[in-house]
Amino acid sequence: MSDLVVGQELITGKVTLTRFCLVRYAGASGDFNPIHYRDDVAASVGLPGVLAHGMLTMGLAVQPVIDWMGDRGDLIEYGVRFTRPVVVDGNGGVTVTVTAKIGAIEDNITRIDLTVSAANQTVLGKAQVRVKLHQ
Amino acid sequence: MREFARAVFAQSPLNHDPEAAIAAGYDDVVAPPTFAVVLQEAGLALLLAAPDTGIDFSRIVHGEQKFTYTRPIVAGDELTAILTVTSIKSLGGNDMITAETSISDSTGNHVVTATSVLVMRGTE
Repeated sequence: MSDLVVGQELITGKVTLTRFCLVRYAGASGDFNPIHYRDDVAASVGLPGVLAHGMLTMGLAVQPVIDWMGDRGDLIEYGVRFTRPVVVDGNGGVTVTVTAKIGAIEDNITRIDLTVSAANQTVLGKAQVRVKLHQ
Repeated sequence: MREFARAVFAQSPLNHDPEAAIAAGYDDVVAPPTFAVVLQEAGLALLLAAPDTGIDFSRIVHGEQKFTYTRPIVAGDELTAILTVTSIKSLGGNDMITAETSISDSTGNHVVTATSVLVMRGTE
């Protein structure tokens, strides 16, 4: 693990989010805000369409890092800013892509920066994971 | 917790299979990193429902979210969540409310802190 360098790309991930995924997340999380499954409600509050829960995007975006890390380290911190909504089309859904790169290595903490995009636009800002990798 | 794991595309056996989790040294299946949001939301719902806060739920947008971990949440944990509003700022006609939810286990040890920045859009 000591051969990691800043800027190195660790892993990428890709998930297709459909309305089914939003309903599933609504049930699992308890967040039943109708803007996440009803076009009419989304339109009535001026949204461009039905949106993915921000916490769903945050939740899935960290998974490639978790898979990469396995039991080689511990998660210390994970934070994001919700900068753009993820619009989920009723037919085809939307593909969310995640790229994880080493952002910084400070003492025994490794910061991993995530680039998370949907429809060719980044949707999370300052998405950073801090992990402590075992020696 | 398993259903939450499926919903966020968590594929680790630790999230789904008790035997795999026990083999890795946990008492039961492990929650994905953002699962603590479920406890945070329960606290935020109380805050938003309180009549005297001046918070208008219909104008609230989730601006930022952060989790700071001591250990993962494990099935069977008996958890206590304490929500503190740590900051209220006005910025460009919007109000930014920072709520920190500290979650600890039945022995009083810290598990995870969930920090949420809610943006209440101005009425203009």
